[in-house]
Amino acid sequence: MANWVKVHPLVVRITHWINALAILVMVASGWRIYNASPLFESFTFPEALTLGGWLAGALQWHFAAMWLLALNGVVYVVYGIVSGHFRRKLLPISPGAVLRDVSQALRGRLAHEDLSVYNAAQRAAYVVLILALVVLILSGLAIWKPVQLQELAALMGGYEGARLLHFFAMSLVVLIVVVHVVMVALVPRTFPTMITGRLRRSS
Amino acid sequence: MKNARLSDRFPKVQSLERRMFLKQGLSIGALSLLAGCEVTSDERVQQVLEGMSQWNDRVQGWLFDPKKLAPEFPESMITRPFPFNGYYPESDVRIIDETDYKLQLGGLIKEQKPWRLPELYALPQVSQVTRHICVEGWSAIGKWSGVRFSDFLQRVGADLTAKYVGFNCGDDYYSSIDMATALHPQTLLAFRFADQILPPKFGFPMKLRIPTKLGFKNPKHITEIFVVNDNPGGYWEDKGYNWFSGN
Repeated sequence: MANWVKVHPLVVRITHWINALAILVMVASGWRIYNASPLFESFTFPEALTLGGWLAGALQWHFAAMWLLALNGVVYVVYGIVSGHFRRKLLPISPGAVLRDVSQALRGRLAHEDLSVYNAAQRAAYVVLILALVVLILSGLAIWKPVQLQELAALMGGYEGARLLHFFAMSLVVLIVVVHVVMVALVPRTFPTMITGRLRRSS
Repeated sequence: MKNARLSDRFPKVQSLERRMFLKQGLSIGALSLLAGCEVTSDERVQQVLEGMSQWNDRVQGWLFDPKKLAPEFPESMITRPFPFNGYYPESDVRIIDETDYKLQLGGLIKEQKPWRLPELYALPQVSQVTRHICVEGWSAIGKWSGVRFSDFLQRVGADLTAKYVGFNCGDDYYSSIDMATALHPQTLLAFRFADQILPPKFGFPMKLRIPTKLGFKNPKHITEIFVVNDNPGGYWEDKGYNWFSGN
């Protein structure tokens, strides 16, 4: 019998792929909504990369997929805390280790000995991604309900402040996702593990 | 093996695998995005999206607090010039003739006598400086004055237990709102903008100013108000914008 190592728990794999779909729909429809009235006058997203066809279609996608993103996110975060997954996999994070691993990754020298253990660069990226998504959802709620949730909006400088924050949180999420996908492409054996959850031990 | 170069650790097979992954990943991504338009117009997808929009109407109805006031701003924060917006360009703004104008009332309203402008102007009025938020995302702060819509509905004997208030407009626009929002203290039948009689582009002779709803739910050039129990929809709402569209 082959020697298998468990890399990702089932809940993490399921919520990962639902999250990937939800983020794809939210970002593509969000870009179409952005284009209806660009925050930065000289910048719009290419229509071919957007979802919804026109503003109303994009809004329908955005306000449907928000439930998928939020409910899936709640399942993931509750699981991560209750099961100890966050504590085991994402902690501890030391700034020194993060800097070392990021610089090694940039020079193509970062080793991936054991895929079940995240290196410091991964831990930092995943924690920042989770926090950015929380900010993205909260700023989105503030934009959606600037009167009913005006206390939340006020924390972000009101409606227009929440719009800016929503844009920058989106930008950070997209940046991390792009880096993440590039890293998976560079270390392709990580890809099937997010589906099967396990990896054949090489030695 | 520690700190070994990636290139050392990947034989040719893996580099091939990597290229395949990139290629497949890119084509799947491009395909799904190009298909975005067709996905949206697919009938079953459209049904799901409209179902979700109706679910969001209900959620927004629950979230709506009839006592929660929209933030008000000092007059120094008013956006000047205040933007025009409509389903037609500014050059096509309708000019409503003041002398012929009558506000018609219908549906579940006891006193359906039409109102002339001087009679409406004689009603007690209030002002507000609030943020107008467009469905497109932009916002602008303006000052509106007029009759509290809840006072007006009571005065004409509207059935306040009915579900909807509908509006027909002089520019062929139409819209409708929930009764809870109609009775909100900041919902105004507005006759003035920035202390001046509403100019045509801002909805002469009156618009319904609702700071708890998106701009397109604030109908201009109102000619008829009716109270009903079946949702009358609206110009943009019937084209796919969320009906409740509350702030």
